[in-house]
Amino acid sequence: MHELAVTESVLEIALRHANQANANRVTDIYLIVGKLSSIVDDSVQFYWNMIAENTICQDARLHFKRVPARLKCLDCQQEFEVVESLSPCPQCGGFHLKIIGGEEFYVESIIVEK
Amino acid sequence: MSPTRVPVVEKIFDANDQVAQQNRAYFDRHHTFAINVMASPGAGKTTFILKTLEALTPKYRLAVIEGDTAPVTIDSDKVSALGLPVVQINTGGDCHLDAVMLHAGLQSLPLENIDIVLIENVGNLICPAAFKLGSHLNLLIASTPEGDDKPYKYPNMYRGIDVLIINKMDLLPYVDFNMANFQRGVEILNPGLRTFPLSAKTGDGMSDWINWLDEVVQQHRQK
Ligand SMILES: Nc1nc2c(ncn2[C@@H]2O[C@H](COP(=O)(O)OP(=O)(O)O)[C@@H](O)[C@H]2O)c(=O)[nH]1
Ligand SMILES: [Mg+2]
Ligand SMILES: [Zn+2]
Repeated sequence: MHELAVTESVLEIALRHANQANANRVTDIYLIVGKLSSIVDDSVQFYWNMIAENTICQDARLHFKRVPARLKCLDCQQEFEVVESLSPCPQCGGFHLKIIGGEEFYVESIIVEK
Repeated sequence: MSPTRVPVVEKIFDANDQVAQQNRAYFDRHHTFAINVMASPGAGKTTFILKTLEALTPKYRLAVIEGDTAPVTIDSDKVSALGLPVVQINTGGDCHLDAVMLHAGLQSLPLENIDIVLIENVGNLICPAAFKLGSHLNLLIASTPEGDDKPYKYPNMYRGIDVLIINKMDLLPYVDFNMANFQRGVEILNPGLRTFPLSAKTGDGMSDWINWLDEVVQQHRQK
């Protein structure tokens, strides 16, 4: 898995935005993670504790906001959430589907102290 | 010491995506068409690449980039044996190639003399999907012994590809692989995806893929 690369990228983004805001310390980082993005929260947290040390992000809390995978049926327009694995439209049984949510993967915001 | 919320909204893969764009521009300056070949270990990437190289010679000038997690040159040696340029990129244990590693590897290829470069990504169905390289064609090889549930288990991989190879069709009678279920999953994730069932071992079905690729490359050159 590539959680280390992901964590490094999160740190780089947070530090850059914190510096732009003239912050002394970053206390919280909010991540939006779509369910389809296959990232393991625990591993990111594990690497985070190692690489954020001795930066203004040290001890910042990572918040993972999980976005469910959502599909839209292109036959009957029904929208539904994917619970376990991909499944046909619960209304008409169709497989003509479009993914409308769950692929997000970004840093939404950070909380800083000045 | 008042806490302030700073809005960010920055994609975590932005930095890689930017280097991928530079790689694309670099390929385009040299008129080189780049194909990113992804699959799980053992799906047949190396076999498929070798067969593709043979079929495209001598019409095109070819090269290969081998992504490997360890400095083992088994795959690279097979390409060298064909007398073609090959560069091996060791990811140092990493589960994927990323745009920066590719950028470095490209420096040791004479791209001005190369029409098509095939990039063998690290065998893995999760990580290579997240790291764009800047290739013109993202290709996935699924193979029948892996089972028909892979689109359902690795949706991201099937989302980001431009063409799908179903390899080891010669083994279909011996393995549990429900083609209808497999294709249903693919259709949800990537509607209308161009798919070529073939056997890289026997060569059955290879010509459809080669003819299609030839057309795609020709069209790309006219742009
Ligand atoms: N039966 C069969 N075996 C294949 C086919 N393609 C590749 N193989 C075999 O699968 C194994 C792994 O192939 P390789 O190309 O090294 O896979 P890679 O790890 O994805 O590069 C080798 O023993 C190949 O000979 C195929 O179409 N049919
Ligand atoms: Mg190989
Ligand atoms: Zn429906």
